[in-house]
Amino acid sequence: MSSGLYSMNKRDFDITFDPKKVKPYGDTMNDGKVQLSFTLPIKADETAVEAAKLYAMKMGIEEPSVVHMADLGVGYSFFVVYGSCIHTIDVTDIKVAKVESSVMSMTEVDEYIKNNIGRKIVIVGASTGTDAHTVGIDAIMNMKGYAGHYGLERYEMIEAHNLGSQVPNEEFIKKAVELNADALLVSQTVTQKNVHIQNMTNLIELLEAEGLRDKLLVVCGGPRISHELAIELGYDAGFGAGSYAEDVASYVVQEMVNRK
Amino acid sequence: MSKLNLDQSLIDKARISARHIAGDIQSFIDKHTTAAVERTIARLMGIDGVDEVGTPLPNVVVDSLKKNGCLNIGVAYFLANAILNTNLTPQEIAEKISAGELDITKLPMLEETKVKQKASELANAMAQRIKENRSRREQYLQTLGEGRKPYLYVIVATGNIYEDVVQAQAAAKQGADIIAVIRTTGQSLLDYVPYGATTEGFGGTYATQENFKIMRKALDEVGEEVGRYIRLCNYCSGLCMPEIAAMGAIERLDVMLNDALYGILFRDINMQRTLIDQFFSRVINGFAGVIINTGEDNYLTTADAVEEAHTVLASQFINEQFALMAGIPEEQMGLGHAFEIEPNVENGFLLELSQAQMAREIFPKAPLKYMPPTKFMTGNVFKGHIQDALFNVVSVWTNQGIQLLGMMTEAIHTPFIADRALSIENARYIFNNLRNIGDEIEFKQGGIIQSRAAEVLNKAATLLQNIEEEGLFATLEQGKFGGVKRSRTGGKGLDGVVEKNDKYCNPFIELMLNN
Repeated sequence: MSSGLYSMNKRDFDITFDPKKVKPYGDTMNDGKVQLSFTLPIKADETAVEAAKLYAMKMGIEEPSVVHMADLGVGYSFFVVYGSCIHTIDVTDIKVAKVESSVMSMTEVDEYIKNNIGRKIVIVGASTGTDAHTVGIDAIMNMKGYAGHYGLERYEMIEAHNLGSQVPNEEFIKKAVELNADALLVSQTVTQKNVHIQNMTNLIELLEAEGLRDKLLVVCGGPRISHELAIELGYDAGFGAGSYAEDVASYVVQEMVNRK
Repeated sequence: MSKLNLDQSLIDKARISARHIAGDIQSFIDKHTTAAVERTIARLMGIDGVDEVGTPLPNVVVDSLKKNGCLNIGVAYFLANAILNTNLTPQEIAEKISAGELDITKLPMLEETKVKQKASELANAMAQRIKENRSRREQYLQTLGEGRKPYLYVIVATGNIYEDVVQAQAAAKQGADIIAVIRTTGQSLLDYVPYGATTEGFGGTYATQENFKIMRKALDEVGEEVGRYIRLCNYCSGLCMPEIAAMGAIERLDVMLNDALYGILFRDINMQRTLIDQFFSRVINGFAGVIINTGEDNYLTTADAVEEAHTVLASQFINEQFALMAGIPEEQMGLGHAFEIEPNVENGFLLELSQAQMAREIFPKAPLKYMPPTKFMTGNVFKGHIQDALFNVVSVWTNQGIQLLGMMTEAIHTPFIADRALSIENARYIFNNLRNIGDEIEFKQGGIIQSRAAEVLNKAATLLQNIEEEGLFATLEQGKFGGVKRSRTGGKGLDGVVEKNDKYCNPFIELMLNN
């Protein structure tokens, strides 16, 4: 199915980089090369190869090459496809919502709290709803932290409470009030059929209903969370994959001071 | 022969400590029962179904005893007494209790020996059915055969049992040996077992008897087709641990997640409740020929896999002793561990290899359940596929029993049909290419691998000695497993725990333990 190692086609596209027309890069500027894989619920035969090719073309892929097809049993087929995508993106016209705070180290955060807040701050975190995974919240909160970045429990000026997983929103709020929290951290790791959106929205609604929303910073995090999504759902900030305790702590303390 | 040159006297010492730890708890267990244990007895005596608001009848019956302060005498006693009084079946009795037409605690109490004899008769009938299931499995294994170890274990998790069937049958055709139907995450905290087929679950389906039945049938069908018995796995944990064991025994499940401590640590279920519940659940699993999978791998998702490796081994020793006390033979003990060392640790692979080989040598007959990398899986699916490959290498090298296949999309979503196919392909390729590597390669005397195993064993033996001195309850209170602290009277489900009355009987324990 593969058409050989060397492309003998004569190049008929402009190879100068244009930030207004950015395309994927394989080995030549603007070649538009992409790889994709997907399953079609049809049996693995010549028709399926053609279907995969046509499907790729509908996605804007020119000269799609179906390099691999596998029979998955039960009449389904898996494909790996390469090709050149026709679409371009104007990167000069993109606006991304970003967390507006500078990132400080653990000791800097502690210093900042001492100088600007003058008391220990209370942060309460949990993996809420049906999510049983604590990986995310543990990475941010546990003493040990993650990948060499110490967690909030190790911060001298932060009183960190990690409530663990599957904490119902009602209980989370109750605990936050009890502990007199300054900020709430909500972690959502593995979620199916977007149940995390529903759960996260529910928390904000409950906080608003109890008149607590403005009294707390509410921050969320997880591999499928972006700052933009967080804002949309009514959170103060959102942290995606690759965020560490100091990112979250820096934001929380600076925002607390901003709001004073 | 030990490749690791492990100190056998230290292994024996650790095992004896674990025996004392479990024995201490067992004497507590023997004096108590729980609402879940009693509901299990009701189920095993043939009570099923729900009332008009969806409350399962086993709950209705047990709640009626609890309300009258009679839970400490037990369901078996009252049901047998009610049958002798009314000549109704257990199901009819349950329906009458539900309708408010009967209070079995108010019937004349007949002679104790007669009541207990009736209870034994009822128990015998179900024990017979479970035995038949066991023979059926053995027959399938003889006629169809099974995959080679390490068994390839994959999950299905669509939330719709009928869609799960499609995925499970596809996985079997791709080469899977064990299909685990992921349970909807909230279920462990429900103090009842939902009823009927699930078509809209979050991140999984409920463990219900109907779902078990649907998937069993589907796997038997595809097993015939591919010429291999396909094992079915579910989750025997949470507040309904023994009830799920009973349902699994009735519907011929083959593998059950069933840990003595998991619920305490990771679901905040009361420790007294869990320890009592785990015993009866394991008695049933043992009798039904079910391979239990313990949950030590979970410690490493919260604690560090290098620093805390000894807690995994200590917990395996404790789980082994609790399992032996519940009549589970070593061949049914899928003790758990995991490939969770941080990928940037230099020689991390050697440490993984050492720990896996150590588990193999210390528990030689156990079909060890080996869990894939999860904590350090990222959205980089290409790297993830290689992490899974290293995991597969360790497994075939150290002759693990059950290989819970890693998915390249681990950190992203519950597996797509193609993710599963790729991961089965990965494992089969590696297992086949390295099949006898363990027979060929020995480890350097006093090298990294041997030293690591000695260190972990040493620390585990010391930890077990400490636990033996302080008692398991106190240890859990101090947070020595998974870094999680739990109090003896905290957590969910304590209100379902009662001390047994002198009259109390659970005919299944004797019947199942002596088989």
